[in-house]
Amino acid sequence: MTEPKTAARKATNGSPELDGFSKDQLLHILREMLLYRRFEEKAEEGYAIGKIGGFCHLHIGQEATAAGCILPLRKDDYVITAYRDHTQALAKGLSADAVMAELYGKAAGSSGGMGGSMHIFGADMGFMGGHGIVGGQTGLALGMAWAIHYRGGDQVCMCFMGDAAVNQGMFHESMNMAAIWDLPVIYVVENNAYGMGTKFSRVSDTDMVTKASSHGIPATVVDGQDVIATLMAFDKIVTDVRAGAGPHFVDLQCYRFKGHSMSDPVSGTYRSKEEVDDRTENADPIKILRDQLFAAGLFNQEELEAMDEEVRKVVAAADEFAEAAPDPDPAGLYDHVYSEINPHGRLFFDGRDR
Amino acid sequence: MAELTYREALNEALAEEMDRDDSVFILGEEVAEYDGAYKVSKGLLERFGDKRVVDTPISELGFTGLGVGAAMVGLRPVVEFMTFNFSILALDQVINSAAKMLHMSNGEIGVPMVFRGPTGAALQLGAQHSQACETWYAHAPGVKLVTPATPADAKGLLKAAIRDNDPVAVMEGELLYNVKGEVPDDDDFIVPLGVADRKREGDDVSIITHGRMVHVALQAAGQLAKEGIEADVLDLRSLRPLDVDAILETVARTNRAVYVEDGFPYVGIGAQIVSILMEEAFDDLDAPVLRVTQADIPMPYNKKLEAWTKPSAGRVVEACKKVLYAD
Repeated sequence: MTEPKTAARKATNGSPELDGFSKDQLLHILREMLLYRRFEEKAEEGYAIGKIGGFCHLHIGQEATAAGCILPLRKDDYVITAYRDHTQALAKGLSADAVMAELYGKAAGSSGGMGGSMHIFGADMGFMGGHGIVGGQTGLALGMAWAIHYRGGDQVCMCFMGDAAVNQGMFHESMNMAAIWDLPVIYVVENNAYGMGTKFSRVSDTDMVTKASSHGIPATVVDGQDVIATLMAFDKIVTDVRAGAGPHFVDLQCYRFKGHSMSDPVSGTYRSKEEVDDRTENADPIKILRDQLFAAGLFNQEELEAMDEEVRKVVAAADEFAEAAPDPDPAGLYDHVYSEINPHGRLFFDGRDR
Repeated sequence: MAELTYREALNEALAEEMDRDDSVFILGEEVAEYDGAYKVSKGLLERFGDKRVVDTPISELGFTGLGVGAAMVGLRPVVEFMTFNFSILALDQVINSAAKMLHMSNGEIGVPMVFRGPTGAALQLGAQHSQACETWYAHAPGVKLVTPATPADAKGLLKAAIRDNDPVAVMEGELLYNVKGEVPDDDDFIVPLGVADRKREGDDVSIITHGRMVHVALQAAGQLAKEGIEADVLDLRSLRPLDVDAILETVARTNRAVYVEDGFPYVGIGAQIVSILMEEAFDDLDAPVLRVTQADIPMPYNKKLEAWTKPSAGRVVEACKKVLYAD
């Protein structure tokens, strides 16, 4: 985690795009995104050979959204998200070991093997989960923001959702209540243009930012493939919301380079290979920052290769850790259905020995 | 002991728990300025302020999500549904969020909260406002569910529910709010979850029931007594956790049982009780267990037809005689 950038910014380089960030900060951001990319590639591999099961939604192509939005947060701020959640968990401070072990369903996983890819949790880092029902997490975010308001704290709650979530009733109910009570919540739409295989324009007659206008919530459009633009936008939004500006809505425009989930081909019925190739070639957030760093003379190919080698090692170690970790003990299966077993009465009706 | 209405008993429970614990707050439709659609939260806005007694928009899914989210970070919300019929809009948050959070997060994130409001049929409210919602909640592992029938149980169970660290649904009887009864004054009076209460003693037949149907069962027991049949009336009070020992105990004594509920029969609470009796009390039974339930149709509006669909003391008497082979 980096500290919020506002105070720390220094003009240390000659590139206007990078103005205000120190070299260390920029390299940290690049390394984070590279780590997310290599992590997701490893998950893809693990899925292909059957070590990871279920649904698995990769964030490849959208690394700037995780880094750019989450790195400006404090540890005690909350992040809650949908099911494309691996890299956001890493950005909020979970270890690659814990997240990979969760994908493998192991006891050492961030949810002890009970959650899987879609339900990564790290409450001690303020990572309040990946959630599987589209838009459901927007109400939970509302509640966390309510709790901040109730206690008079200065944290913020950042809630991610995909573009399809804005058509759910829950999203609008949450936006309405966030607005009437001025709650410190930032609703971030990772707008990758497709809800699974349905292009957003097919399911909405208005553009994304209009979704916020009927609720009176200010909205910002951000280029989510450009990590520096994302960071700068969120640095300001987080600062404002923390200071009591009330809720904020962000149309964070991005693109996923892989299928919706591992069972979905990269291109095909709903988007063309040409489109995916074009975006992958011209809008890769890692390449964009790399090129900016190279152009500013802050980083070179050799250093990049060394950085890549280092993150690959982290990911390989996480994979080995996950592989070697034990499965959860079936004896613990009932331990967390309820937080307490009342002294009276029966809670479970399956007749199994426990 | 003081004589209170069921409504006043619930109000006292809320006020005492809010006094005891700053993290308890109430939210729902009309709970604050209007004093609650059924006046259960009367006077609480004035006493505790608008941060702790919160009027929400008519957004059941949204404000239930708010409650779950607030509970995930340690507050203790009491979400009022104007009736549990409206909570059907919120079931995603009850079942997919509240019930599963602790398990999905491997014990990291609990949801200590209460859902409360009336359930069951009232009078001539038609299909959408007259249904018992117990099954939908009891079906989900991770949720606890209680159904008080008397003012004392209403107070004691609601207080226990607020203090519990898991999501607890407190389903009140829409026709019980004016019922009076003795209620202990003690601030720490609670009725523990999972303890049934024998509301009447008898050795001939067990009438097992919950919620408002306890009163129907007692009425039936009174009629049976005139014919020399003594019914044991067991009020489960809590459907999850369920006091299975008390169920087995009464059936071991009477060898005959009738379940009474105002929910639908198919996959109803009674179906679960019958299943438990088959598995664990087969040798004690001298007759098949019967159920008296709401008719298996949406509630009609017409007064006579409505009465026909509901469980009545007469139907309970009939069922008891059947299991006694007394007709």
